[in-house]
Amino acid sequence: MSSFVSQFKAAASVKTADLRHRQVIRTALRSYEVVRDKRKAAFQSWESARQAAAETKWEAVNHLDTHLEALTAKLEARGTKVHWASNAAQAREIITQILRDKKARSIIKSKAMTSEEIHLNDALEAAGFTVVESDLGEFIVQLRHEPPYHIVFPSMHLTRGEIKDLFQKELGDAPSDSPEDLTMVARRVMRQKYLTADVGFTGANFAIAETGMISITENEGNARLTAALPKTMVTLLGIEKVLPKFADLALFLPMLATAGAGQPMTCYNTMYSGPRQPGEVDGPEEWHVVLLDNRRTELLADPEQRDALHCIRCGACLNVCPIFRNVGGHTYGTTYSGPVGSVITPHLRGLQDWKHLSNASSLCGACTEACPVKIDLHHHLLHNRRNASTNEPAFFERLSYQAFGLLANEPGLWWLAKKIGWLTQPLQKLVKGSALDPAKAWTKTRDLPPLPQETFKDWWKNRK
Amino acid sequence: MSERENILGRIREALQTKAPLPGSHTAGGATTHPVSESPAAQAREWLPLVGATAEEQLALFAKNAADLKADFQPLASRAHLKPALLRLRDAENWQRIASHQGELSSLAANALGLPVLWTDTGYDVQAMEQCDVGITECDALIAQTGGVAVTSRSAGGRALSVLPPHHIVIARRDQLVADLPAAFALLQQKYTPDFPSMISFITGPSRTGDIERILVLGAHGPKKLTIFCV
Repeated sequence: MSSFVSQFKAAASVKTADLRHRQVIRTALRSYEVVRDKRKAAFQSWESARQAAAETKWEAVNHLDTHLEALTAKLEARGTKVHWASNAAQAREIITQILRDKKARSIIKSKAMTSEEIHLNDALEAAGFTVVESDLGEFIVQLRHEPPYHIVFPSMHLTRGEIKDLFQKELGDAPSDSPEDLTMVARRVMRQKYLTADVGFTGANFAIAETGMISITENEGNARLTAALPKTMVTLLGIEKVLPKFADLALFLPMLATAGAGQPMTCYNTMYSGPRQPGEVDGPEEWHVVLLDNRRTELLADPEQRDALHCIRCGACLNVCPIFRNVGGHTYGTTYSGPVGSVITPHLRGLQDWKHLSNASSLCGACTEACPVKIDLHHHLLHNRRNASTNEPAFFERLSYQAFGLLANEPGLWWLAKKIGWLTQPLQKLVKGSALDPAKAWTKTRDLPPLPQETFKDWWKNRK
Repeated sequence: MSERENILGRIREALQTKAPLPGSHTAGGATTHPVSESPAAQAREWLPLVGATAEEQLALFAKNAADLKADFQPLASRAHLKPALLRLRDAENWQRIASHQGELSSLAANALGLPVLWTDTGYDVQAMEQCDVGITECDALIAQTGGVAVTSRSAGGRALSVLPPHHIVIARRDQLVADLPAAFALLQQKYTPDFPSMISFITGPSRTGDIERILVLGAHGPKKLTIFCV
């Protein structure tokens, strides 16, 4: 068993038995479900909008080369420096070099999952830079030295009391445990950081090929400030973020807000098309855009699962997933958790090491139904299971299915097996759930239904 | 070979195999029609409904702005702007304001009798941080969302609409558009090919729900958003 799967199993069995965790997550998601449904119902046709969004993303991803060339040509024409990174190490190197060239010391960051993906903060801190996350949820998990719990709600696993204690310990400032007071503490701390940071770092939600823009969606205004005040701006985005046309945003922005947080629109949706232009009064003097591949092209090369690159990181599939809600975001051990994380992580980090995520699913299909861009998530989990066993068949699994095939094809043997099972099942009670129990994986947390003395066939034969 | 060529090369190689059209591998059966050049072009038919008349759109804007906890004040004429601003100034005890030169924004800023930080020829960021209010114009009010669209050119730069704790937008009634597709069309028509370096759709005052998903206004940007329409 790889260390990833044993870590996953250990963490999952702790979290699923943690009733407090379950309560926190339920509370956090209950209001989400209500407002999301209300916002979806406000659409004249959410289903048609989904289909159009899926087709738009299909167009973007299936002509990715031409859209990226158009995007970068437009960006460069207005003075933006575009960098290309094939992998995480290259992206870290490019960004570190930009900071060194600018003789930067402090970096203010707005939320970017791509930066989690390349472990940017660790690299920058190791190189001697000070990095501050400005999104409130990201700031909280940064103070706790842990990764975000959820791609949209990074600190949803924490209660106000825990956040109050954290602020008291790390900032020495926590007037009460009211969300309002705690948010104002973060606001005060962050204000001076914006004004003094040398570099502002952002992620991106969309890039527009037609007009050469990066679009950033946020509620707090932290990305707006990050892109307004520091002299240098750096944006890191995955190559799959591109949309063909400016007007596509008229569809994608409300859909992202609705699916992600049940909002009609996120508070700030901002499109950047360059550094400060002639005649403008503020904004960064330099803007660097770093395009990240990091094995996205491998996913692109799989036509069956290529639509996983349509993902707009709204988090809707996490919110509805019964597995995510029970095992929690950190258990996955991945940058992208939940159903979409289980689909793409085997492509981004290696199928055999991460195939267990495809089994952590009830295949209920809630994720596929929730996805605003119609990614066929639960079928892709099946595809990953198939690919994993085709590439590297599991010996014991094959053996047990062969044995089952033998039994099931031979009525005499099948009858014998049932009788032996019925005779020996009282013994199983003695070792139930222990290491000696052959059905331990099941009986550790569940009962095994008893085998009846009279089978259906017996009953059928003997009926009057 | 540069990384650019490496990445584009891998993309081109990957795309030699065609992917199925969206919807063709789920229960609804195959999508037979070809993907149109711009599937989102009909977005108006699917997004939330907006009434056809100006009155309906104004009423919808007011309702949406109220839902967002923005303060929307339609005014009968420009003469009503000054008293409305003075009421706010006195209620919130403003000391300093920031604004940019513009027909409406200058009118508003000059009406207050307070020191004004003008952003037009550059400004000191620390000084703007000390301001109680940022007054800007905008490009559009969007009935469908209750939000406003501003740009670095129409709203005094990137920071003015987000750094001071109270953002005041002065809009003309004819800037009200029905929906998001109309707002994007307007911006594209107005600015192509020379877009302002920042375009922002502001939909309500700054907010967060990162602590127990409870709404708090004024996370990092303005705690208050007031929209005057003259």
